[in-house]
Amino acid sequence: MPEKSIRQAINEALAQEMRRDPRVVVIGEDVAGGAATEGERDCAGGVLGVTKGLFAEFGDARVIDTPITESAIMGAAAGAAATGLRPVAELMFCDFLGVCFDQIFNQAAKFRYMFGGKARTPLVIRTMIGAGRGSAAQHSQSLYHIFTSVPGLKCVVPSNAYDAKGLLIEAIRDDDPVVFCEHKLMYDLKCEVPDEPYRIPFGEAAVVREGEDVSIVALSRMVHYSLEAAETLAREGIECEIIDPRTTSPLDEEGILESVEHTGRLVIVDEATPRCGLAVDIAALVADKAFAALKAPPKRVTAPFTPVPFAPSLEKLYIPSPERIAGAVREVVRYRR
Amino acid sequence: MTDPSTGSPITALTMPKWGLVMSEGKIVAWKKREGESVAAGEEILEIETTKITNVVETPQSGTLRRIVAPEGATLPVGALLAVIAQRSASDPEIDAFVAGFKAPEVAEEGAAAAEAGPRAIEAGGRRLSYFELGQGAGTPLLFLHGFGADLNSWMFLQPALAEGRRAIALDLPGHGGSSKEVGAGDAASLAEAAEGALEALGIESVHLVGHSLGGAVAVLVARRRPDKVRSLNLIASAGLGPEINAAFIDGFIRASRRREAQEALSLLVHDPALLSRRMVEDVLRYKRLDGVSAALEKIAAEWFPNGVQRVGIAEVAANLPMPVQIIWGREDRIIPVSHAERLASRLPVHILEGVGHLPHMEKAQEVAALLKAFIAA
Amino acid sequence: MQLSRDTLLKAYRQMSTIRHFEERVQEEFAKGGIPGFVHLYAGEEASAVGTCLHLSPQDYIASTHRGHGHSIAKGCDVERMMLEIFGRKEGLCGGKGGSMHIADLGQGMLGANGIVGGAPPLAVGAALSAKTLGKGTVAVAFTGDGGSSQGTTFEALNLAVVLRLPVIFVFENNEYGESTGWRYHVGSGDIAARAAGFGLPAVKVNGDDFFAVHEAAGEAIARAREGKGPSAIEIETVRFFGHHSGDAQRYRSREAVVKLRGERDCIKNFRTRVTEASLLEKSDLDGIDDEVASLIDRAVAQARAAPPPEDGALLTDVYVSY
Repeated sequence: MPEKSIRQAINEALAQEMRRDPRVVVIGEDVAGGAATEGERDCAGGVLGVTKGLFAEFGDARVIDTPITESAIMGAAAGAAATGLRPVAELMFCDFLGVCFDQIFNQAAKFRYMFGGKARTPLVIRTMIGAGRGSAAQHSQSLYHIFTSVPGLKCVVPSNAYDAKGLLIEAIRDDDPVVFCEHKLMYDLKCEVPDEPYRIPFGEAAVVREGEDVSIVALSRMVHYSLEAAETLAREGIECEIIDPRTTSPLDEEGILESVEHTGRLVIVDEATPRCGLAVDIAALVADKAFAALKAPPKRVTAPFTPVPFAPSLEKLYIPSPERIAGAVREVVRYRR
Repeated sequence: MTDPSTGSPITALTMPKWGLVMSEGKIVAWKKREGESVAAGEEILEIETTKITNVVETPQSGTLRRIVAPEGATLPVGALLAVIAQRSASDPEIDAFVAGFKAPEVAEEGAAAAEAGPRAIEAGGRRLSYFELGQGAGTPLLFLHGFGADLNSWMFLQPALAEGRRAIALDLPGHGGSSKEVGAGDAASLAEAAEGALEALGIESVHLVGHSLGGAVAVLVARRRPDKVRSLNLIASAGLGPEINAAFIDGFIRASRRREAQEALSLLVHDPALLSRRMVEDVLRYKRLDGVSAALEKIAAEWFPNGVQRVGIAEVAANLPMPVQIIWGREDRIIPVSHAERLASRLPVHILEGVGHLPHMEKAQEVAALLKAFIAA
Repeated sequence: MQLSRDTLLKAYRQMSTIRHFEERVQEEFAKGGIPGFVHLYAGEEASAVGTCLHLSPQDYIASTHRGHGHSIAKGCDVERMMLEIFGRKEGLCGGKGGSMHIADLGQGMLGANGIVGGAPPLAVGAALSAKTLGKGTVAVAFTGDGGSSQGTTFEALNLAVVLRLPVIFVFENNEYGESTGWRYHVGSGDIAARAAGFGLPAVKVNGDDFFAVHEAAGEAIARAREGKGPSAIEIETVRFFGHHSGDAQRYRSREAVVKLRGERDCIKNFRTRVTEASLLEKSDLDGIDDEVASLIDRAVAQARAAPPPEDGALLTDVYVSY
């Protein structure tokens, strides 16, 4: 089976869905690029080239470059979704949520409920998350916990190319608004990805690694850091089970609980800030529903409660590391009442 | 390698490679202890694979002198698992053997083919995927898998059967890497596809091995082309009676999540603990592909409408001109073993105890031996 | 343009329905039984009706917090609207939306909107659907003098021009953003001119005059249907009630309101105009008023007696699929 990067997997999912369904459009800033310049059209294909080539195949009616206008992009995509299109709208960096949140959480997310179940809003918002690229405080956050907290939104946080393609196709075919969070440092990460379209259901965690001693629940880039930590720990005789929820809303509660019941220990790894986030949410879930299975208190490994710093040395400290993850695992394994 | 002082062999037991995708395996349990005598062919340990837990047989009689890989360890294909030698070999000699052991760079014959992975042919205007191992003058062998399965079903048997012959595992239409367009999806159309594959692969003469739905397809191919088919080996075959477990068929088609798939797949084997998580995941990966659900629904509607087998070819199978043997698991929960028992007076029938619907995986070594012997006869 | 007798009758019936509906909601609100709060549209009827008469159910509108008038003009069922405002199970939104979220997608009504400036981007999206799918339909964004200062509105105007979308921005300038006068909060003092700055044709019309509104909206909508892009209309209008029902309105006197009702009533103006020109008889109009009054009576009686949503409705319809 061919190996593809996350960038290729997302591009392929978009192209295949656009071929399958003429209602699917891509809209956002520089999704093609080069309009009204002396240079070439489709010179960008998204700031990191994820939508490159779609313009050539589908043209400007379906690959729609917009002004720098996040509120209008999100609102127009929501309005279009409620009236017959299936837009994939790009919110370049999730940090830009600040200038368009109303259109997402007050409008798109609430149509169906407010309108008594009559609206369908098949909207996908693709957005970049993650620190580690020296992009500083306003271009590096991982804000999926905000999307996750809004009833009416679904939130996808893939960690590999196979999942990215299957979950994006599922998102496009889903009739609800879905926020699809792509880590900006992971686009070149490759794995085997079928050429055919396929869908991965939401709310189904992946067991990335099986182990007996500790359950690690991790998202996005933290899945890979957790795997690194697990390799180190295996040499020490500690076997980690790594659970990647893949979607934070809906959340595969059963899958997480099943693993914790098996291992009795839980470490949650989240690149986002610690307050009111996924780590808290999952820790609360386990405390509530699997307390009896726990041999140690759940441990959270997150970013500190600070904005993302710029200096590379500080940024490195900000992001949870395999060493910190391994340290947390050792702590829960050693814990004695 | 031999022990230089005694001339008696010191044998490395290494992680086997089964099938296409296996790169590593996990030691589930040793069935022999260090210091115990072992006879060639005896079961020595269990290894978890991408499908189910399989047993490894002792390659060489002697004493299990050293277990290198502990239970629970996951090791790459070719890695040293244990050392078998005579009692006369000294401990330092064994130590030196272990220390000096180097996993072969390229695993034995067939590695190149395995590297290349499955290939595809066009047959009847449809893309069919297949995986080929082996070469030589022996009559080629074609494996036909069951409903919802694929060519990887044969991962344990294919290397063993590929000695001196081409051994080809085919993906039936709608399955594995083959086109998800299944045409009518009925008995005739699947048999035509298999026949087309023989044509496209340039095979004039063939032994057929079919499991479940693939068994019925094999019978139909043999009926259509008695000139080509040298022997027919039917494992828990469809088509030999009306009963089939509708709960499995429906559950398998419906399953989109891990727990549902696990529930359906556990019906396939006598001991569900043998199923690996990876096997469940691989089934889900297949089922998620666009077109698969429709293909499976169509095939199921044609073959098993209302939970009853529509294709009834027991008489055909019993009257074919070439040798036919039947292999079944006593505990089969998909197609009852009575279908085999009814034919026992007319055909050679082997019923394996403690085995469910997947004898070729649950008791791969036994099934391989039965196939080899029947084909050789 | 001379309107047909049928069109005139339809226009009057809609305006009369809105007026009766709003006067009655005010009364019922005061009596108690309507939860929350309501923003009433009485006085602005010519704007909604003059615009929506040009639209079919396939065209979309996106509305404001003051959305009853737009909903009625766009064809929403009046009895089910009343049920909704009372929070009833059989309401247009199952009692889960209320006055500020009345919507009927089947009638092209994309929803009243609790967020000032929330709707214009949505209407741009409906226009994007129309253009991309080649539907030949248009979308209208209603907003007010208050909404004219929201960033979302500016962004919507620009995106509509950039993508040349079949959308019409209707700014209903009723002179107050809540309790603040529009001459204070619209810095330039000219909403139409500000819209024009985005590069689209923008006109200002007298909202007391149904015929002026109808003509301006007709031109803008025809332009959009012909693929010539967006337009804006500033409608100078008045609201007879406060910002919301129960607003003490300390920002204007009782006398001023009485004067508005006397001098700037678009429905009265319509009656005078059509009867003086002998286009319709007074009896035609009175007959409509009677029918409308009994419709509203029925709607209120029914809404008061109707059951609330079942408790289970709390948890349904957050998602299409869970």
